[in-house]
Amino acid sequence: MRKLLLLVGALVVAHVALLFVRVSGAAEAARPDAVNVGIVLDVGGLGDKSFNDGAYRGAQRAEKELGAHIRLIEPGEGADREAGLRLLAAEKMDLVIGVGFIFTDDIAQLAKEYPKTNFAGVDYALATDRAGNPVPPPPNVAALKFKEEEGSFLVGALAALVGNSKKVGFVGGMDVPLIQKFEAGYRAGVLAVCPTCTVVAQYAGVTPEAFRNPGKGKELALNQYQQGVNVIYHASGSTGLGVFEAARQTGKFAIGVDADQYNEAPGRIVTSMVKGIDVAVFDMVKRVQDHKFKGGIYTFGLAQNGVGYVYDEHNRALIPDSTRARLEQLKADIIAGKISVPSTR
Amino acid sequence: MTTPATENPPAPAAIAPPVNPASRLAALEEAILPVVVALLVAAIVGDVLILSFGQNPGTVYRLLFEGTWGNAYGFGQVLYKTTTLTFTGLAVAVGLRAGLFNIGAESQLAAGGFAAALVGLILPPGLPALVTLPVYLVAAAIGGGLVGGVPGVLKARFGAHEVITTIMLNFIVLALLNYLTAAHLKVEASLHTEEIHAGGLPRLSSYIAAFHGSAANVVLFIALLAVVLTWWFLFRTRRGFELRATGLQPAAAEYGGVDVRSVWWRAMVLSGALAGIGGLNFVLGYKHYYEDAFATGAGFLGIAVAIVGRNNPIGVLLAAFVFATISQGGLAVNAVVPKQMVDVLQAVVIIAVAASVPEVRRMLRKGDR
Amino acid sequence: MSMAESSPAIRLTDIYKSFGPVQANRGASLEVAAGEIHALVGENGAGKSTLMRVLSGMYAPDSGRMEVFGRDVTGWRTAEAIDAGVGMVHQHFMLVPTLTVAENVMLGRELTKNGQLDRERAEREVAELSRATGLAVRADRTVADLSVGEAQRVEILKTLYRGARILILDEPTAVLSPPEIDELWQVLRQVRARGETIVLITHKLDEVMEISDTITVMRNGRTVARLRTAETRPAEIAKAMVGRDVQLAMHYIDEVRGADTAARTHLPPSAPLLEVRDLLVEDARRLTAVNGVSFSVAPGEILGIAGVEGNGQTELLEALAGLRDVRGGRIAIASRDITRLTVKARGDAGLSHIPEDRHARGLILDYSVAENLILGQQHRFTRGVRIDQERIHENARRQIAAYDIRPVDPQLPARALSGGNQQKIVIAREMGRAFQVLLAAQPTRGVDVGAIEFIHARLRDARDAGKAILLVSADLAEILALSDRIAVMYGGRLVTVLPRAEASEEVLGPYMTGAATEHAA
Repeated sequence: MRKLLLLVGALVVAHVALLFVRVSGAAEAARPDAVNVGIVLDVGGLGDKSFNDGAYRGAQRAEKELGAHIRLIEPGEGADREAGLRLLAAEKMDLVIGVGFIFTDDIAQLAKEYPKTNFAGVDYALATDRAGNPVPPPPNVAALKFKEEEGSFLVGALAALVGNSKKVGFVGGMDVPLIQKFEAGYRAGVLAVCPTCTVVAQYAGVTPEAFRNPGKGKELALNQYQQGVNVIYHASGSTGLGVFEAARQTGKFAIGVDADQYNEAPGRIVTSMVKGIDVAVFDMVKRVQDHKFKGGIYTFGLAQNGVGYVYDEHNRALIPDSTRARLEQLKADIIAGKISVPSTR
Repeated sequence: MTTPATENPPAPAAIAPPVNPASRLAALEEAILPVVVALLVAAIVGDVLILSFGQNPGTVYRLLFEGTWGNAYGFGQVLYKTTTLTFTGLAVAVGLRAGLFNIGAESQLAAGGFAAALVGLILPPGLPALVTLPVYLVAAAIGGGLVGGVPGVLKARFGAHEVITTIMLNFIVLALLNYLTAAHLKVEASLHTEEIHAGGLPRLSSYIAAFHGSAANVVLFIALLAVVLTWWFLFRTRRGFELRATGLQPAAAEYGGVDVRSVWWRAMVLSGALAGIGGLNFVLGYKHYYEDAFATGAGFLGIAVAIVGRNNPIGVLLAAFVFATISQGGLAVNAVVPKQMVDVLQAVVIIAVAASVPEVRRMLRKGDR
Repeated sequence: MSMAESSPAIRLTDIYKSFGPVQANRGASLEVAAGEIHALVGENGAGKSTLMRVLSGMYAPDSGRMEVFGRDVTGWRTAEAIDAGVGMVHQHFMLVPTLTVAENVMLGRELTKNGQLDRERAEREVAELSRATGLAVRADRTVADLSVGEAQRVEILKTLYRGARILILDEPTAVLSPPEIDELWQVLRQVRARGETIVLITHKLDEVMEISDTITVMRNGRTVARLRTAETRPAEIAKAMVGRDVQLAMHYIDEVRGADTAARTHLPPSAPLLEVRDLLVEDARRLTAVNGVSFSVAPGEILGIAGVEGNGQTELLEALAGLRDVRGGRIAIASRDITRLTVKARGDAGLSHIPEDRHARGLILDYSVAENLILGQQHRFTRGVRIDQERIHENARRQIAAYDIRPVDPQLPARALSGGNQQKIVIAREMGRAFQVLLAAQPTRGVDVGAIEFIHARLRDARDAGKAILLVSADLAEILALSDRIAVMYGGRLVTVLPRAEASEEVLGPYMTGAATEHAA
């Protein structure tokens, strides 16, 4: 036992000594006039190659271009979401952002307790009144919404143009309005360039599990490819990995969603419909810096660069210049209001 | 033999030690010192990790303590997390005392919370907590107890290994709850049920204003009561005597007239029920609704809590407090060090305790003579 | 065999070794000359096994000096010990049952030819060694098919094959029948004749007298005597072991036999208390282990069941105690059928049971002495759902005093007690309460001489008080010393039942090995 006591003593000494170690350059002071922004990521944290990483990119850009001071929190469990927001609000941040619709209730709650703090929610879920109209969020909350249907419209047109088939495919995750919005825009885009084409649309299920079922995704995709479909657009989370696997196996094509998914199946991903989480985050920080922030619904569509499609050195070879020109024309038309894109089936 | 092989016989030469008048004190030291060493080792590993991120350990630990014990809100959050972990820790500890490794606290916790939420949605709104609380307790205990009881019965009846069955049941139960919530019970654009209006449990902040905003609620007192009752059950009742005997030496318990099989399934039901009651903390004490995956990881962390708490209810309470502090502290220092550091720190605590606590060492060394 | 001139084979000086608070060796010394058989004796817990594990490199000593053939080997490791020719034959065999004798012997020292195992050469070499040492066993047989005695020979062969020049045997006779023991002595003499050195760990004085050249006696972790066998007497050894004079009741039964049997002239006329009819029991592999056994035990009678271990005694006892399902037959206590009753119900019906393995069954080693003293009786020590601590402690105080359990501390875990005192806990618990029938299995196994004397006295007292006792023991001397009638179990059957007066080692031996059969009812 005496040995153990000695060990305890030695460890205490070592620990206390380490506490006084100073690393040069640590914890530099923020600029006094900088905007302080706190971001709480969804459970899953950095490295998800999607929402969380997108928000982080936007934050980095704001740090570099606007000199904003950013604090990120990665929650470990459900209850940490509110705790994270509260921690940041209590530190009198100028802006507190929650990434993901799951933050909706927590943001609404805290916005009441901290009426002087600005909040923003990515994909903030708006309640609807009896007539079915969206109820605006609290006055200090910005609801960041994305027009996924517009981006989907463009990739739908692309699918029809490069697909070389009268049939184009769609694989959705869970069959809910949020995902049906993708299908509606996609369908409209297909028909805009190829009125005689048909869209084969299938969903992986009716539970959130449908977003995590690559096996089902592969099964649906193989089936569609067999029917003569050459390009499939997926909006199905990791279920889409199964779609890519089917594309790789059959040598056909697929379109990614949310972020650039080219690397999941190089050469087989024609493009990805990307959501500009970074754009929205940066935009909010800038509004706060310019003292122009106010609560309300912010919609990010093609016009705001809130949605779009990937066109870069990886997939340039897959998209002929003429097709590219056609897509850009469609995009301009949507922005100009000449084409109105439906958001429901 | 009708029971599985017992643990290794003790050191072959059973040696009579000299009688030591200070043996009680020594036993206490032996119980506590290894854990202290483990925590210190973890702290030092934390120091090194923090340095490797280019931060000052002193600053980070200061932030950590300010964010946890340093203000009422942070302390409230620690108490909230302690509550859930105490229940899952007790659940795992009761299992281990009976010689069963319950990996299923995760789904038992969820099932308990779900059962309570279901009952809450049915009960007429506005009933006082005093009326509803017993109902909720029973519902949560039944929910968790059922999920725990299935592996218990499978073990008693067919000898199915509880580690396998509880792991499999985690998948099944969590997927089932996910389906029920998502497909039938959730409010649009969320992953949770309607709000429960029947006798929600008050938060601590309604008694002590300083706790404002923290999720800590009166389920904490239920947890403290559970600690005392579990200790009393294990060490003061005949059933507890027989349960511990079964866990230590099933063959000897059988010889001592204990129905080992029924101890197994009863222990698993009790274990599941304890985890299930832990579900009240989130569902009735905090959010007042059931949310899918509301306490991810709390069940698994319960294993660590039980091991660090050395399967003693009071130890479990202390260990739950330590792990809750690390978890909440992780949020507070998230600005300077990544969240993964907290995960690593928890892992180091577990490994260090596992390596330094004699009975864990004995467990790992089983089969070696 | 001079002991002075050349350096001895083994010289251990002032060895200390502790395990936590337990001092297993505190100043133990041992000197063994090359080419002799040396007996290391002492009560259980005296530190014999620890000292030998230090010698064979399994433990490093805390302090002290170790020399082997004059070389300083203090704190060496197992592999170094094996290389230097120190080999230990453990009480529990370390053989792979599915491999052949030759394969087991060469395990870890495999012979290869062109990268493949050279079985033929191995078998040839093992056969040669077997002939040279008199360790008769066929090299191509599977170990699982061997008898216990043969398996032990394989262990010794294996050790010699690895070049052992010092052979340590840990209680080698515990599992052997009398003829097998005689064969073992022959083998050991032959090995000695080849010039090897043998250390024999034992606490049986008759063995010591029969086979050893010199003797070291240990007590409480210290070496207390060093004797030449030819110049000492058993009583002197026993006194050194225990530290006081003891009556050597069991090993020298001839001295006391007359007196004992004379004292017990009345034979019980009353109806049997324990009655067993046509009992059929299966072992863990669902093979018949007890094959139609019938017997009865009357009040005031001790029925001894002799036999080499593994002939169904374990299964018989477990079936009687309610720990194993019965396939056929009937068990009754005082004419009440208990065949299907639970362990607890049998206890309430008047059955007490001293189990053969106190470490696995008889005690919960991490429970306190007080708690162990109520194991199986816990339902009698309650107040509502609670355990009644006060009564438990009162019970413990009483039993500890009555059965002289040491140290006197009811809170100490059973693990911390010596083998003899652990067994006394079991005896106190099972005999210190109301019972009619006692199953006593190996009641003195691994127990020191002083405790044996005490336990035997308690068994006789119980008999005289009109209890029915079924005594099962692998120790023939014990059976002969205590029983009123003696049955021999072989191959799952009782092959003979004899009155004590007609039984002797010579008579029973052939039954125990299956050489004689006389199927008895």
